[in-house]
Amino acid sequence: MKNYFNSTSIEYFAAWILALVWVSPLLYAFWAAFHTNEYAINFEILAPLTLSNFAEAWVQAPFARYFLNTFLIVSSILIVQFIVCTLAAYAFARYEFFGNKILFAIILLQLMIVPEILIVENYNIMSKLNLVDTVLGVGLPYMASAFGIFLLRQTFKSIPKELEEAARIEGCKLFGILLRVYVPLAKPTYLAYGLVSVSYHWNNFLWPLVITNSVNTRPLTVGLAIFGAPESGVNWSIISAATLLSVSPLLLGFILFQKQFIQSFMFAGIK
Amino acid sequence: MFKNNLHHIYAWLLISPALILMGTFTHIPSILTLISSFFSTGTKKFPSKFVGLENYELIFDDPIFLEAVLNNIWYAIATIIPSIFLAILMALFVDSKLSGRALVRMAYFTPTILPMIAVSNIWLFFYTPEIGLIDQIATNLGFNSQNWLGDKDTVLNCIILITIWKEAGFFMIFYLAALQNIPPELKEAAFLEGSSKFYFFRRITFPLLMPITLFVLVNATLNSFKLVDHLFILTKGGPDNASNLILYYIYETAFSFLDSSYAATLTIFLLFALAIISIVQFMFFDKRIHYR
Repeated sequence: MKNYFNSTSIEYFAAWILALVWVSPLLYAFWAAFHTNEYAINFEILAPLTLSNFAEAWVQAPFARYFLNTFLIVSSILIVQFIVCTLAAYAFARYEFFGNKILFAIILLQLMIVPEILIVENYNIMSKLNLVDTVLGVGLPYMASAFGIFLLRQTFKSIPKELEEAARIEGCKLFGILLRVYVPLAKPTYLAYGLVSVSYHWNNFLWPLVITNSVNTRPLTVGLAIFGAPESGVNWSIISAATLLSVSPLLLGFILFQKQFIQSFMFAGIK
Repeated sequence: MFKNNLHHIYAWLLISPALILMGTFTHIPSILTLISSFFSTGTKKFPSKFVGLENYELIFDDPIFLEAVLNNIWYAIATIIPSIFLAILMALFVDSKLSGRALVRMAYFTPTILPMIAVSNIWLFFYTPEIGLIDQIATNLGFNSQNWLGDKDTVLNCIILITIWKEAGFFMIFYLAALQNIPPELKEAAFLEGSSKFYFFRRITFPLLMPITLFVLVNATLNSFKLVDHLFILTKGGPDNASNLILYYIYETAFSFLDSSYAATLTIFLLFALAIISIVQFMFFDKRIHYR
């Protein structure tokens, strides 16, 4: 596309300055994490690099376990979300059934009444279900997602009905049609929703804080908050190292798949 | 006829897993919250009993809650407006033929994917008095040392700054998508007519961005009432509740002061406030938006 309004060099400059300002806190965290504490506030270019902060952090708190917990929470949420949302979205996209409009409206209510706001009552419900301090308890309130249902419904609606009819003639039953026609054609939606969901739950804090109370269930965010608490008296470089450690998989994934990430967020936002 | 009936059953069966899960953790707890707001918190000595609107009367006599509400309103306004402004600016930058555009876009977007807890850990050090980065620079330039997070006058704005940093890049994405949807012919026509770049933005681009602004506004408002993670690391609502926000106060009431009925009442208040805000935003903006 031809660009009609040429950008001036001032704009380029401003864009880059803003970018630099925007990453500087992160660059600073890198600086602190790879230097000993005495250089954390001394910016000497030749200061010796070290990996000891990472080693220290890894030993001082059960980060390996936190990683495992976060991984279990994020993946269990994602898998159940995919299944539950696909089934519901298909019904809303393709069936005219009794109460469909009201039901859809009721489900969309969850876009506003997010689980974070209901922490008090959800905690009570979890304790009645005996799910306090379990990985399942962390994930359950998020597994049926109005956002996911909405997104998939939009996508399914845009898939031509003729494809479904053709599959039916070929002898596919309901689940066959879903698996062979709808799911493959909605792949971009699944990717977009998946990335949004993973980054949301990797970062989620308040509900996991409320519902977990042991090392065996705590996700990284909660572990990091405990680790970084001033009472624990760890030094600055080690906290930076621990912080980078816990965001590294997501950050790495983001840097490698930048385009997909940004397109996914765009895609999820526009629908 | 039979086939039609079967349709209803199929549809309900397909939806039932979502409905059961969502009902259990969204709709039923909402109703239970409403019910428990009419009861007192039970203890061993005094079991929970019906108190009518007593909890709601307490709300209006609660100075901490009032402060949290006022804080939250300021927090919402002061994060949303600069974030949206910056987001539009970022989107315009990234949408132009900037060299190294992908890198710049990544720089803007990166804070978004980091957990608020990690972000707070990093910023905590900036704000720490004397040894913190801001103070180091300030004292080198001859300013006095300042306890940014320990001062009632500065603490909330410090929190706001972090939120802007984290959210602007997120909103940029939506504006970027909207900008890419603006037909290039408009640009061509404006160019041929000899309109200035700023005029083009003011009369064409900006009005066309209004629907996305509504979307961002609703989202950002919701966010400013449900994102309190950073308070846990940075201030715990202090000093003297100067940075307390509604949801954090609900958390404290329920899990530190163990007054679950009062926490339920506060939750109902928050839900109503959010519902009203969303409705007002939609009505206000619906009239002013030029839909294509």
